[in-house]
Amino acid sequence: MTVSLAAERTTAVVEHRPRRRSPFTWIVLALAGLLALLMSSPFLLMVLNAFKTGADYSSHGPIALPRSFSLDAFSNYLSLVDFPVALWNSVLISTVVAFGGVALSLLSAYPIGVGRVRGSGLILAGLLLSTMLPHEALIYPLFYGAQATHTFNTVWSVIIVFVVLQGAFGTYLLASVMGTVPKEILEAAAIDGAGRWQILWRIVLPILRPTLSVLVVFFFIWTWNEFYIPVVLLADQSSQTVPIALSTLRGQHSIDITVLNAGSLLSLLPTLVFFLIFQRTLNRGVTAGAVK
Amino acid sequence: MRRSYWWYLLPIGIGFTAVVAVPFAANVVLSFFRWKGGIAPLHWNGFGNYSDLLHDANFWLSFRNSVFMIVAIVVIPTGAGILLAATLVDYLGKRFGARAASFLRATYYLPQILPIAVAGFIWSWILDPGSGSVNTFLRSVGVSDPPDWLGSPSLALYSVMLMLVWLQLGYPLVIFMAALSRVDPELYEAAAIDGAGWWRQFGAITLPTVRPEIFIVVLTATVAALKVFAPILILTGGGPEGSTLVPSYYAYRNFFELSQVGYGSTIATVMAVVIFGVAAVLLGWQRRVERRA
Repeated sequence: MTVSLAAERTTAVVEHRPRRRSPFTWIVLALAGLLALLMSSPFLLMVLNAFKTGADYSSHGPIALPRSFSLDAFSNYLSLVDFPVALWNSVLISTVVAFGGVALSLLSAYPIGVGRVRGSGLILAGLLLSTMLPHEALIYPLFYGAQATHTFNTVWSVIIVFVVLQGAFGTYLLASVMGTVPKEILEAAAIDGAGRWQILWRIVLPILRPTLSVLVVFFFIWTWNEFYIPVVLLADQSSQTVPIALSTLRGQHSIDITVLNAGSLLSLLPTLVFFLIFQRTLNRGVTAGAVK
Repeated sequence: MRRSYWWYLLPIGIGFTAVVAVPFAANVVLSFFRWKGGIAPLHWNGFGNYSDLLHDANFWLSFRNSVFMIVAIVVIPTGAGILLAATLVDYLGKRFGARAASFLRATYYLPQILPIAVAGFIWSWILDPGSGSVNTFLRSVGVSDPPDWLGSPSLALYSVMLMLVWLQLGYPLVIFMAALSRVDPELYEAAAIDGAGWWRQFGAITLPTVRPEIFIVVLTATVAALKVFAPILILTGGGPEGSTLVPSYYAYRNFFELSQVGYGSTIATVMAVVIFGVAAVLLGWQRRVERRA
């Protein structure tokens, strides 16, 4: 699929000054296409096997084409896992963390990037360190704390933890972006009588909106895909996220591979759709994250 | 009224204290105790856990495996990422159009958006010795006795590394391609007119351009490599015979399977120290390079 699509696209786009295409150029393209095929082959295999029946899979193996189109694996998966609940948990956690984390980042980056309070460097260093901290070094006290506050096995434990963790990273990133907001604009607003709160909302927020939207997208996907902390804090089925629900099924050998493929496909679909919609934002975001 | 800015730091101050500072401090304190967790009594152990750690062959093995993780997550993807980014941007992109390049980029990036639980499942199934796709394919082309990719102690680590390279490649690629968009295309043209071939251009233009990004990628990926957990839990569980054991999985096992919470905390504390140390070295190195440039 990938190679043919790539070829189609290349013929459709004509550059202003097409270069000479030597045989070597075609070889390079073929190699790049082959690599694309290799990189996407796990996805292709998953799609191929999610639509097979269990019998078809066991008699013809994983790389044969399906003999007939079947949705059995999907309905089986849905009967084993309460997918709507997991989906709702994931959407709730990721959305609250994405917006909560960005709001927290905005608030805390403001005094550092614009206010330049004393000790800014130290605060940023602390936040940077916390983004590097292995989750292992937090997990047992968090596990204990969640039980003590009765948030264990509820989405709120994970939401609180990730709002702070993503917020720490976001603050680090936003503080340097905020430093680039022109001083003249801020001073003009202050002279016109705007308070700090108003300057944040009316001036800084609108200027930073592109960066903030990138952060929302990133926080959403990162939180959706999180594994370690949710697997510990969300032991109960009623609070599990989509990836955790899938992983709890894996160890059970009685389950058809086709069912697990269907489950995997369902589990990655939301982030894939999200990714396709926000692809441009993401590209911008990777750049924003890289250039400090 | 300089002080009023501090109010804005209140939320993160509270959150940071509750979620990072206190738990981390508690973890360090726990590392000096023997504790089975829950309501079991705490036993003061001083530096006992740390000296046990020094003599624990499993722990050293897990650190040796971290070096392999760095090769799979930092060295190979970063190197390949630069070459691929340069190929896509200033070779294929120019001859077949920017859309071809961005299509290929999106394909290479795809594994990066995958939940790790899904990636882990797909790979453990693809590499399954009996009904896995790889071995089914190998048998169909006449290999009668294909290897047990994840089950053989001498192979499992390399199989895990293969999956990690697949998972990681898109990240440096996307960052490097974004960096290369800063380069004025006329620079390459001028170099070509002066007779510089592709490799010469790569060394003289591409590499210096992406140098700041190389640093970011190496730093973040090294930290990620020292923390790698989920792929190990899902693919091999540290086995076979501990051949794929990594520190974070070893800590997890002590916490939640062996009920040796104090010892798990010790491993986690040492991990944090190692990560901070490596990050400090990398940051210092970057500062020196920047000053020279």
